[in-house]
Amino acid sequence: MAESAARIGGQVLLYAAFAAFVGVFSVWPAYRHLDPDQALLRLSFKHAGKFATDCRERTAEELARMPPQLRTAQDCQRERSPVRIRVELDGRALYDESFAPAGLRRDGAASGYHRLPIAAGAHVIRVQVNDDVRVSGFNYERQARVDLRPGQVVLVDFIADRGGVVIQ
Amino acid sequence: MTAAALVQTPLPKPAPEHAGAAAAFVRRAERALDALCGASANPLRQLGAIGFYLFWLITATGIWLYVFFDTSLAGAWASVEHLTHGQGRLGGAMRSLHRYASDAFVAVMAIHALREWALGRFRGHRRFSWITGVAPLWLAFASGVTGYWLVWDELALFVGIGTTEWFGALPGFGPSLVRNFVADGVMSDRFFSLMAFLHIGVPLALLAAMWVHVQRLTRPRTSPARAAQAWTFAALVALSAAMPALSMPPADAARVAPVLPIDWFYLAPYPAITAGHAALVWWTCAALTFALLAAPWIGARRRPAAARVDAANCNGCSRCFADCPYEAIAMAPHPRGRGLVAVVAEHACASCGICVGACPSSTPFRSGERLVTGIDLPGEPIDALRARLESGLAGVIGSGAAAPVVVLGCRHGARVEADGERVLAWSVPCAAMLPPSFVEYALRAGAGGVVVAPCPAEDCEFRFGARWALERFARAREPRLRAGVPAARVRVFEAAREDTTRLRERIDAFVAELSHLPPPALAPARRTRTGDPLHG
Repeated sequence: MAESAARIGGQVLLYAAFAAFVGVFSVWPAYRHLDPDQALLRLSFKHAGKFATDCRERTAEELARMPPQLRTAQDCQRERSPVRIRVELDGRALYDESFAPAGLRRDGAASGYHRLPIAAGAHVIRVQVNDDVRVSGFNYERQARVDLRPGQVVLVDFIADRGGVVIQ
Repeated sequence: MTAAALVQTPLPKPAPEHAGAAAAFVRRAERALDALCGASANPLRQLGAIGFYLFWLITATGIWLYVFFDTSLAGAWASVEHLTHGQGRLGGAMRSLHRYASDAFVAVMAIHALREWALGRFRGHRRFSWITGVAPLWLAFASGVTGYWLVWDELALFVGIGTTEWFGALPGFGPSLVRNFVADGVMSDRFFSLMAFLHIGVPLALLAAMWVHVQRLTRPRTSPARAAQAWTFAALVALSAAMPALSMPPADAARVAPVLPIDWFYLAPYPAITAGHAALVWWTCAALTFALLAAPWIGARRRPAAARVDAANCNGCSRCFADCPYEAIAMAPHPRGRGLVAVVAEHACASCGICVGACPSSTPFRSGERLVTGIDLPGEPIDALRARLESGLAGVIGSGAAAPVVVLGCRHGARVEADGERVLAWSVPCAAMLPPSFVEYALRAGAGGVVVAPCPAEDCEFRFGARWALERFARAREPRLRAGVPAARVRVFEAAREDTTRLRERIDAFVAELSHLPPPALAPARRTRTGDPLHG
């Protein structure tokens, strides 16, 4: 009787330990990816840069040598420019990166994602973008004043249809 | 030649399959839990079966959740909240059970894999089961992750972004995948239909993979002992009551929770992914998967030769087919045109010899200079065992000593030791390799008594060896111990490898017991054409 009770008690402890193991590691230790006073700046974009080289006018002789169905006046290389993005926070450079176009021929869109924890509070965010290798400096720019609460997310995007840089 | 010299010539003994600190630790834990729960309800001895049990528990609770889940962007979180708080305690309990059974499933899978690795059970005939056990690890992980997305709370958003970041590190995907979760207006109701489909489809694939995983096992154990079921269920219910699974606030792309209660059973890689090490996580996963898949070939020893069928001596009775624990034997049309013959799949054969013990042709009473049976182990033929038994007994009896006790043990169980002219001992790969007629043969050849020492049934290296041996000697399974064999002179002592001292004590007690018995009345061993000692 006493042995049976001890065995039952032992099994209660055994399965309780297993349940505790499952319960504890299903929530603990908690993962902190932002400090309590931090907000998050997400940079996410997908944008096809300008063609990397200018189109060339074909000569009459060249066109004559080509099959009739391929006789286009211009010879355009497909490679696109990388997209460079620079983010300033309150006048200080926070991020500066160049993203190569996708594809074996580098003729696809460039895309990027980056998370940048920043201090919560009021900030001036300035984002500059260059999507054309023939332009020195940047050909798109936007500046916004934001007041971020802890845990708040500000998204930096590039949407050509909406004028380029988007800060929301 | 003295008896002592004779018993110094044991049958070939391969290196033990499992050794080292990890194996010793596992065996200590198993024996401790045997004492606590009873061997038949010991959870460590049925981890695979508990995994299946948890799968069905997850499925049953998952069906409940799915009935009430709203597969829409606006309704997903709210439907889970309603299910958790709006159905009395039932919905919340179902959700919590679903969650914790899923966590326990991962824990049980991990312990199962570690146990098999520690005991060296991933090479040779177990290679198929080991390799097919890798896919369920990935599928279980994918099942759990898709489940976290469905809740559509802040944790779900974190998991969604993390998963797309992770896949974004693969060639062909790219970082734009994350935009599905962070960009404005991309998420739609379709996402939840897709996720619900994945959260049902991937577990179905997991079930298929689990089915494949047990294909090389005869009568795979997919249902644990009732006690283990009851205790596991009670533990999960208690955990659900103590720590109900709850949602975080609804997902909002404009807000993140700085601290997340990570479920480490499923989401362990996500902190590393979020910290920007997605590629490293892929490499780690790939390396781990490769290591698991390659493990059976790393440090592999040469396998003992597989069982071989002698068609001329196989009568197609199918006993070996029924007793093989690893589906290594099939029955095919006999080459002589009538009946069946056993066929061995060498890659699946464990060389345990259980089939030899099942074969009616293995009886040592058969006449012939050489005992050729229907199915035999080329490395340890049954004829060699008979010859050693005969010469050992003849040596002792010829020296005028008292009739010795013959001990026939399992090589994976307690060590059996000869003791001068009192005890002759041999070990075989599995106690079930011995046809019960060997015991009768030993008694008729002059043994005073016979001890058969299989492993405990739940501790059998070859799954069913000990069970079949016990049933055969209890006359409950073919080939049976004949009724005429005096029970007082035969003992079956189950003894694990840690029970060597205890086995020796029991043998000593048996030897003392035999000294009080009158001389045996059995006729001397006589070989006959049919193998029947009385009517040959």
